[in-house]
Order: sequence, then structure tokens, then C-alpha cells
Amino acid sequence: MSGGVRQLRGGTRSALSLNAALVYLFFYAPILLLIFYSFSDDDLVGRWGGFTLDWYRAFGRNDEVQSALSVSIRVALISTVVSVVLGTMAALALERYRFRGNRIFDALLYLPVIVPDVTMAVMMLLFFTWSIDVVNTSFGLSLGKGISTVALSHIAFSISFVSIVVRARLAGMTQTLEEAAQDLYASQWQAFRHVTLPLIMPGVIGGGLLALTLSLDDVVITQFAAGPGSTTLPVYVFGLIRRGVSPLINAVSVVMLAASVLLVLLSLLAQRARGGSVT
Amino acid sequence: MTAAVEIRGVTKRFDDVVAVDSVDLEIADGEFFALLGPSGCGKTTTLRMIAGLEFPTEGSIRIFGEEVGTLPPNKRPVNTVFQNYALFPHMSVLDNVSFGLRMKKVDKTDARAKSMKMIDLVQLGGMEGRKPSQLSGGQQQRVALARALVNEPKVLLLDEPLGALDLKLRQEMQTELKSLQRELGVSFVFVTHDQEEAMAMSDRIAVMHDGQLLQVGSPEEIYERPTNRFVADFIGQTNLIDATVEDDDHIILTNGTRLRAPSPHEPGTSVAMSLRPEAISIGPRGSVPDEHSATSLEGAVASVTYLGHAVDYSVKIGWIDLEVRGGATAGGQRFEAGDEVSVWWDRTSDWVVAD
Repeated sequence: MSGGVRQLRGGTRSALSLNAALVYLFFYAPILLLIFYSFSDDDLVGRWGGFTLDWYRAFGRNDEVQSALSVSIRVALISTVVSVVLGTMAALALERYRFRGNRIFDALLYLPVIVPDVTMAVMMLLFFTWSIDVVNTSFGLSLGKGISTVALSHIAFSISFVSIVVRARLAGMTQTLEEAAQDLYASQWQAFRHVTLPLIMPGVIGGGLLALTLSLDDVVITQFAAGPGSTTLPVYVFGLIRRGVSPLINAVSVVMLAASVLLVLLSLLAQRARGGSVT
Repeated sequence: MTAAVEIRGVTKRFDDVVAVDSVDLEIADGEFFALLGPSGCGKTTTLRMIAGLEFPTEGSIRIFGEEVGTLPPNKRPVNTVFQNYALFPHMSVLDNVSFGLRMKKVDKTDARAKSMKMIDLVQLGGMEGRKPSQLSGGQQQRVALARALVNEPKVLLLDEPLGALDLKLRQEMQTELKSLQRELGVSFVFVTHDQEEAMAMSDRIAVMHDGQLLQVGSPEEIYERPTNRFVADFIGQTNLIDATVEDDDHIILTNGTRLRAPSPHEPGTSVAMSLRPEAISIGPRGSVPDEHSATSLEGAVASVTYLGHAVDYSVKIGWIDLEVRGGATAGGQRFEAGDEVSVWWDRTSDWVVAD
């Protein structure tokens, strides 16, 4: 063997190619099927009845869908903005300062990434029920679960993702740059504003888009944290399936899929922008 | 005259580690001053304390008479050239250079004009629109210089400014830095671990080791009259021979040989005699001139290294190897390994240092 790419023997090679083809088929066949049947003019989900855009029109007219969409967007925007701010701050604190308990905070911050969704959802349910109870009895209010509890639960898991992405960016940036800014008469805030922030911006934007995607897609946690009037689009779709399926959910799913793909692509682009080293 | 920088009893501790240990230091206005020492000796920490990037645990730092001990870096009349330049990668050369002026809220047109002038001064005219990543190491170095100097600091601090450059560029920049400093008349305080660089550039050198300031003086003083073994060994090449002081004018080597060597130390003190290789003469056994009889030793050549302009001999004298540098042509006499020789030196060229 003289280095270089190893030549595979015929049999191995075609087996591997077949494997790759199967994997991609497995990935994308359902998606293609979904898109295909979302244009089908038939009341049954999996039967072709000629081309139509009716289901997309229904998507636009259906009040329940529209309200769920609006809830989804509101929750996503609130949770993204809040988790970007908090997640970036957490990343800065953990990456730039040494304080007591640093390592513990570090580990705790990543916990929501590991904890299973269902566990997280049950925790949220318990926490919200309990704390709303406490608040209501002590202040004589009658608060309930709603958009704010859904947003809070999304913030809770998004912060971890944002701070992971931002920290990766910060780690590649020497602290000397901030020192240089301060040496050149910048206050701490100005150093952050003119040097640190522009340099970690791709990470912040990437983290934000990730948070947006996660929030728009989440079903499990949202279902437990939601109250009346705070049904998000994925939760609504999930409900539709249980009530009996109409091809409307095909159209809704395609729209959600397109939005998610777009956001993930944007997130990747943002992280790659000015992606070179930051030293 | 007020000192540009006055450091009094400054100690810096990081947890249990003492990085700088009660240092006293005065740097005059307009001086090119080097902080020299091996890595970890506290020289960079000292510089960072002047810049305000670290605060001293104890002691006082004054810049032109004004106490700056715990002032943040942006409130001090000093600027720094960082080790790896620390240029802002997302800004053009012009934006980098004008950063300090913009932070000081200098009028925009003024800031631009001043920055352009400074960019010209460091010979980067025409490159103001480039990003740092589009510049060579030497050019980045000049941007870092311009970015600091445009603010007209009262003291310019340089942290290993030439460390990242290759040898030839480094020598050019040495000359350039030196003439820039003369032109501007500002004090340059300069951290380096390279003793030749420090000797070539500085008016005065402070040698540091293990957080302590060992000696401050002109390059000549430090080289010819080191105060202790570490300085003698660190600055240039030298032979250090262990001995004990006998009286004002004599020392006894560890094998009992008695040599004339004046020393200010008490009789009985263990000392080392520092002899520079180029200060030692070499001749055939028994050829020692009479006036050098009390400052000579006998041995045999162990190895010879021909350098072109000189010849280095390693002479084995019983328990020690003595490095001797002879002229390649002087006297025409050359020795081979195994030759029996005598070595001697001038009474003024040995120097006794404390341990």
C-alpha cells in the first residue's frame, strides 16, 4: 500500500453504493411522498385523485390552523429573542470569567440537551402547575397556562443550544482582542459592542435560527406546557392525526418542513459567514 | 525630572503563585527600556500592570507622577503593542488604526487624517483598506505599532513585538523601532526573552527571574558587570567557575587553586567567577606573561570549533571545561585537540558574582 485512496474491490464497492442509495431513499422517500400527496385531490391521505392546490387554500382559510400558526410564530419569536440574549450572556460568562462553581454551571447548562423531551415536558408540567398554584393562592390571581408558559418552556431548552453555538465561536477568539480594545480607550461595553459582538455575530445568528427552528418544531414539551388557546401548529397537526386524518395535514406539514429547512440553511450560512479563524 | 513610569514595591500574586515579587523600577522619559528574562519570569505581568490589564496585589505604579494602580486600561495614557498584534480581524487597517481616536471621540475628519499620517509613517500607505488577514506578519506588526502610536501615548508598551517575525525581518524591525523611538522621543518599554535583541535596542535593561528584578543597567553594565550568577549566565556566553572568597583580592577555586580576583564579598562567601570566552587568551603551556601569572590556569584542548572569524576552544582544566574564543588569525597560532595549553586573562576582565 503506497498511501492515497484505497481502491475497493468490485463487490465491496457496489455493496457500499447500494447501502448509500438505500439510506438516502429511506431519508427522502417519506418526504417526497408527503409533498406528492399534499397536491392530491382526494379526501383520503394516501390516494391520488388528480392535482389540486385545494389543501393549501384550506390551510389559508382554516381558522384553527391560522390561529395555531400565529401562536407558533409568536412563541418562536419571543423564545428566540430571550434565549439568544440569555444564551449569549451565559456563553460570555462561562468562557470569559473564572468564578466559583464555573464548572458546575457549565455542566448544568448542557443538561437540557441531554434530558429526554418527555422528561423535560413532565418537569415543565409539574413546575408550571405548581408555581401557578403558588402564585395564584398568594396573590389572589387566576393565571393559567398559555402562550407565556409555552414560550418559557421553549426558552428553557433553547438557551443551551444558543450558548453552545456562541461558545464555539468565542473559544476561537482570543481574549487579547478585548484587551486591545480596552487598551485603546474602549470601555468594557464599547469593547463588547465594537469588537466582541461583531466577531461572535455569526454564532449569535446561528444560535438564534437554531432556537427558532427548535421552537417551531417542538411538540412534546409544548403539549405539556400549553393551555387553552395556546395550541401551536405542530401540536395542532398532532391533534389532527388523532382525530382522523385529512390531507390538510399533508399541506400543513409541507409548509412546516419548508420553513424548517429554510431556517436550518440560514443558520448554517450564518455560522459559515466570516467563518475563518477569529484570532 | 519625573519618571515616565515609577514602580514601587509592586507584587502580583495569582492565587498561590507570586508572579512579580516586590519590584522597584524607574523608567525615564524618552528611554528605550527592556524587561528581559526567560518565560515565566514576570516580565509580561509587569508590563500588563503598567498597561492596566492586571492590577498589582501590593505596591504603587505611577505614570508621570500620577498613581494608576487600579485604573482600568482605557483611563491610562499608555498604549500597548501586543505579542500577536491583536489586530481586529473584522476591521480594515484604517479602522484598526483609528480605533483609539474614535473611542476618545476625536472629530472624525481629524481621526482619519491623523490615522492616515500614521499609516504613512509606518510605510503602509495605500494599504489602509485591507483587512489584517491580507497583510504579511511584518505589515501586521506595523499596523499594531501605528494603532498604538496614533494615540500619542506617554509610554508605549511592547510585548515581545518581534517574536513572531523571522530573523531577517526581526533585525530590520529592530533598527526601525529604535529610530522610530528616537524620532518620537516617547519612552518604549519592551518585553523580550531574547538577550541579543535587548542589548541591541535598549538604553537600559532590567533582568528578571522568578518574579524578581535581578539587575537594572545599561547593556554594557549588564554584560560586563553582572551582579549575580543568573544574570551572568543569561546574558551572553560565559564561563562560571565556582570559588570561595579568601580576601579582598583573592579567591580559591574548588580544587584549591588560588587566583587573584578582587571581590566586594566577605571572605568565606561562595561565589562564581564569570569569564567571557572572548576575554581569555590562549597559548602554549608555560607561555603565560609574568603579569598574568596569578590570573591563569593550565589545561589541554578538548575540542576545536572553527567559526570563520574566530575559533572556539573547549579547554579541559581538571574539573571544568573552559570555553575560550580565539581569533582565527591573531598571532597565527592555532591549537589542535590534545594540545597542552595555558589560558590567562586580564585582571579587569574577570568578574566575581554572588551565587
